[in-house]
Amino acid sequence: MRILVKGAGVGGLAAAFALHRAGHRVTLCEKAPGLGAGASWLAGGMLAPFCERESAEERVLTEGLRAADWWEAAVPGAVTRAGTLVVAPERDMSELDRFARRTRGYEWLDADGIAALEPALSGRFRRALFFREEAHLDPRRVMTTLTERLGAEGVSVRLGAAAMEDGFDRVVDCTGAARRGDLARLRAVRGEMLHLETDEVTLSRPVRLLHPRHPLYVVPRGEGRFMVGATMIESETEGLVSTRSVMELLNAAYALHPAFGEAHLAEAAAGLRPAFPDNLPDIHEEGRMLFLNGFYRHGFLLAPSMAEALVARLAEASSPILSKGAVA
Amino acid sequence: MFTLYDTTLSSRLLLGTARYPSPAILEEAVRRSGAGILTVSLRRELAGAKGDKSRGGAFFEMIKALGVRVLPNTAGCHSVQEAVLTAKMAREVFATDWVKLEVIGHHDTLQPDVFALVEAARILTAEGFKVFPYTTEDLVVGEKLLEAGCKVLMPWCAPIGSAMGPVNPAALKAYRAAFSDVPLIVDAGIGRPSHATAVMELGFDAVLLNTAVSGAGDPAAMAQAFGQAIAAGRTAYLADPLEPRDMAVPSTPVIGKAVFDMAPAAASGRA
Repeated sequence: MRILVKGAGVGGLAAAFALHRAGHRVTLCEKAPGLGAGASWLAGGMLAPFCERESAEERVLTEGLRAADWWEAAVPGAVTRAGTLVVAPERDMSELDRFARRTRGYEWLDADGIAALEPALSGRFRRALFFREEAHLDPRRVMTTLTERLGAEGVSVRLGAAAMEDGFDRVVDCTGAARRGDLARLRAVRGEMLHLETDEVTLSRPVRLLHPRHPLYVVPRGEGRFMVGATMIESETEGLVSTRSVMELLNAAYALHPAFGEAHLAEAAAGLRPAFPDNLPDIHEEGRMLFLNGFYRHGFLLAPSMAEALVARLAEASSPILSKGAVA
Repeated sequence: MFTLYDTTLSSRLLLGTARYPSPAILEEAVRRSGAGILTVSLRRELAGAKGDKSRGGAFFEMIKALGVRVLPNTAGCHSVQEAVLTAKMAREVFATDWVKLEVIGHHDTLQPDVFALVEAARILTAEGFKVFPYTTEDLVVGEKLLEAGCKVLMPWCAPIGSAMGPVNPAALKAYRAAFSDVPLIVDAGIGRPSHATAVMELGFDAVLLNTAVSGAGDPAAMAQAFGQAIAAGRTAYLADPLEPRDMAVPSTPVIGKAVFDMAPAAASGRA
């Protein structure tokens, strides 16, 4: 089939790759002149299905477990399998117990265990949860490399181009929050993040800092760069990061390690996460159009399983028995 | 049934809408709790929106669509000016003159700044708002809020989000006794349904809570439990529960005493 994929965020890239591998003739169109216009560019890139299960549905865990292998196959060398460390300030220690009650796949670490894993955090926390099976990736590197790979393998990649939908059998729309108003009950949840630069702190894995109101995380990007994220605000306002959010994010980083107080604030950005009311992604079908949307805060975690689901659905639709004749 | 600013309500639960795992779970929690009023925060959600028509957008629309009366709040405001501004934006967004007035005095504990609270209540009442003030259990502050025009008082029973439940029941009893004809809603500090039952047994008219439900492992089930607990506490209050007795002081010693010894005491008792 000739398939047009609209949107080169995590959903569109994963869909294009999965469809291409399934033997379809794929064209990937992105309205913006380059990658990085949407929420995916600002993502944490944590492949943390166990941690996310603390507040997300079981589906996020079961489907998310496949993400690390899938991304590693799509972009070899991109996935770091070093687990996730979850800590809490002394007075919020009950948050850590609650987090443990609602998750699985972890082991408890004492102060020595934390020091062995992350020497930079030595002596800073008494207890931690370690989710050994979890992984992380750098969204920007993965998106860039996968786009190059798609181009190299014969997928037509058009950045900065209006999508011409003529001549395609199916159109897969992965344009995220831009579809608000078109897709029923799709909303946006504002998120804000920072990039900090310091040579004084070394972390090998994402660290989550629990807090009753502002739970945040720090993801090492390598070469002294750290991503600190992310706020969750029920707002559809784009634009600059608020000073209050910057303060909260910096407070969390500072609480994790005081040396972050001397770090350079390299970037501050806000984006809109597309989400349905259950905060789970979904595929909507309307004629030859398919809408893959609603990744919420689980883009890199759930794009692989949703992309494969998309391939399966198209295979079903094009089989002669199931086809209603709409698709040749 | 009870009345808040001339509006009669059957549910004695006011439920907050913040920090649920998803709007779908919030919706289910609202349904199972039977809440008659939903509180909604706007301060942060409207930040930067300026003239933006969406004004928080889909989430607010979703709350409106639940068909439950909305009480916007000024959570996150730290000054009179912020609170007044947020209340006015709330009036626009939700087309209501009701506002839960919250002026935070301490960033960490979220303890109310009662001085700013009274001032903001006065300003908002003069502008036609029906103010629901989030306050401490201080009686004098309560009187000042009534003077400022509030017709409802909402004392905490413990700091916001602490989940400690009534830490000072004696103060809550005194509050109820001091404001016997004012609708009183316990706002903040409730952690478990038993806490809600306890304050309802003291004669409070309603309970407002958020984190106790939204932060539970199964928010919808916890919402239902709170609905039941509040109803139980109310029914118990109306049924006039027994006062606890100090068993160290036997009031009617009979066993081992001769019957005739009791006669004069009984005669001198309440006729």
